[in-house]
Amino acid sequence: MGMSQPVREDMESSLAAPVCRAPDGALSIREVSKIYDPEGVHVVALDRCSLEIAAGEFVAVVGPSGCGKSTLLNIMAGFDHLSTGQILLDGQPLATTEVKPRPGSDRVVVFQQGALFPWKTVLENVIYGPVVQKALGKQEAQERARQMMARVGLSGIESCYPGHLSSGMQRRVEIIRALINDPRVLLLDEPFRAMDTVTKSASHEYLLELYDATGKTIFFITHDLEESIFLADKVAVMTTRPGHIKMTIEVDLPRPRDYRLLASPQFMRLKAQAVEAVHEEAVKAFQAGEREMA
Amino acid sequence: MMETALIVSLIAAVALGLGAWQQKKKAQLYEISWSAQVVKTVTGKSFLRTVAGFVIFLGLWHLTVSVFRLPWFNRLPGPLEVLREWLSPNPAYGISIYTRDYYIHILYSTYRATTAFVLATVLGIPLGLLMGWNRKFYDYALPLVELIRPIPPLAWVPLAILVLPGNEPAVIFVTFLVAFFVTSLNTLLGVESIDDNYFRAARCLGASNREILFDVVIPGALPFIFTGLQISMGAAWFSLVAGEMIAAQYGLGFLIWDSYSVIAYPVIIIGMVTLGIIGWASSAGVRMVGRKLMAWRQSELSGGGQAGI
Repeated sequence: MGMSQPVREDMESSLAAPVCRAPDGALSIREVSKIYDPEGVHVVALDRCSLEIAAGEFVAVVGPSGCGKSTLLNIMAGFDHLSTGQILLDGQPLATTEVKPRPGSDRVVVFQQGALFPWKTVLENVIYGPVVQKALGKQEAQERARQMMARVGLSGIESCYPGHLSSGMQRRVEIIRALINDPRVLLLDEPFRAMDTVTKSASHEYLLELYDATGKTIFFITHDLEESIFLADKVAVMTTRPGHIKMTIEVDLPRPRDYRLLASPQFMRLKAQAVEAVHEEAVKAFQAGEREMA
Repeated sequence: MMETALIVSLIAAVALGLGAWQQKKKAQLYEISWSAQVVKTVTGKSFLRTVAGFVIFLGLWHLTVSVFRLPWFNRLPGPLEVLREWLSPNPAYGISIYTRDYYIHILYSTYRATTAFVLATVLGIPLGLLMGWNRKFYDYALPLVELIRPIPPLAWVPLAILVLPGNEPAVIFVTFLVAFFVTSLNTLLGVESIDDNYFRAARCLGASNREILFDVVIPGALPFIFTGLQISMGAAWFSLVAGEMIAAQYGLGFLIWDSYSVIAYPVIIIGMVTLGIIGWASSAGVRMVGRKLMAWRQSELSGGGQAGI
């Protein structure tokens, strides 16, 4: 049982070989609004957000806490529904005012606090998706999980409980638990927020490595501009009250990327531009807020 | 004086045995020899304080009753008298570890408490899970439970005797009630304590409602369920004694009450001490089962070093 499987495949085929071939995961977010209406008080969480995400693109949404970026993710994940607008996944309506999305393994979420089941071992966690969907037999799923984990340096912890692992390791296991389902889109809700700098930078590289190997569409939420530029192909900047996508920044930095990029002039220039643009928007929003108050 | 020394050494021996038994596991955990761990524990401050607690309590009892003969306590038997009676092959009041009756009382009580506890568990856990998982059922059931729960078990005795056929079911019913409420409410609390993200994660990964029940709700609620079961076990014992005092011909509760009416005072205390020991042992048993079932929690609590990034 506990013996590791002989590794035959190379990195690409072991990570990218799908459980079942899923379409590519192009997302089209069109004029999406979300209005909460508890006890007659309108709260506009999202205000006509639009964003096009190509198949296999890594998109980061960056914004201050409370700007509604998690709401957007929750709508795509199927935890919440939108008030107006629509979201298409590979051309098919995923969420509209009529279609209420349900959570599904084509859009797996990795949570900010982490949601590995603490009562299941690492291996049981990773194979959970394929086993409950009956996409793979238990034996097959275990073999696959071992292979995938070996690729990201997670061998030997299969029978540990998550509580025994560091937060960085937990998050890596959780990403593998999502990827083993071969989702169309990976939804990451500030997965590295609570981490210390060292763990965070290591986690970034693991995520990039996995992204390069699988080519999955990634929707990544963060409040850290630098992180979003380092990781993503496209950064969508959200402002608060009401949550609205103010601008998108194309990141044309070459891949594969590693930590050295952070010190490169290209990165610095891009970051400086982004900071300036975001600051401008923030000031505008701040002044608008002041006018509103006055 | 001889006897005092005898008592003290006897109790110390019992405490030592219990301590050693518990330390065996610790020794295995830290991979040192059992005997070394026992020596370490027995000479440890915590253990000595425990022994001192017993010695002080028994000493005060002995002094007030047998030495100073304080007027309030003049009908209370001293610890030596009780011990002599308890261990006597020919007990003056008919109950000791050598008499058959003693074990019949224990057996009756254990049987009733166990039956009630099992019933409370089998019915209480599903009720709690239902209340925690289904909003509608929660609305139906919780206010009722909250309203019935504060009624003390003794108040149920007349109704139980009126409605149920015979005394035996009545006593078991009264024993069952508090345990049932404790179990169901703790289970409910357990379900409510589960982080929403576990449900969301399970749904994302494609789990059905049935799978969510068995893979998220039950294991997630288990820590609270077992806290509830420990309390429920204790509750079963004290409700049992109340029931037995009123409506039974056997059992430790009956023994205590009956000894009072026939002026067999040492037997009262024998019954009480026996109850204390059995109650403690049964709660410890529940705790042990819980630890076995929740190995993941153990590793979470004791797993000192964290590995890697």
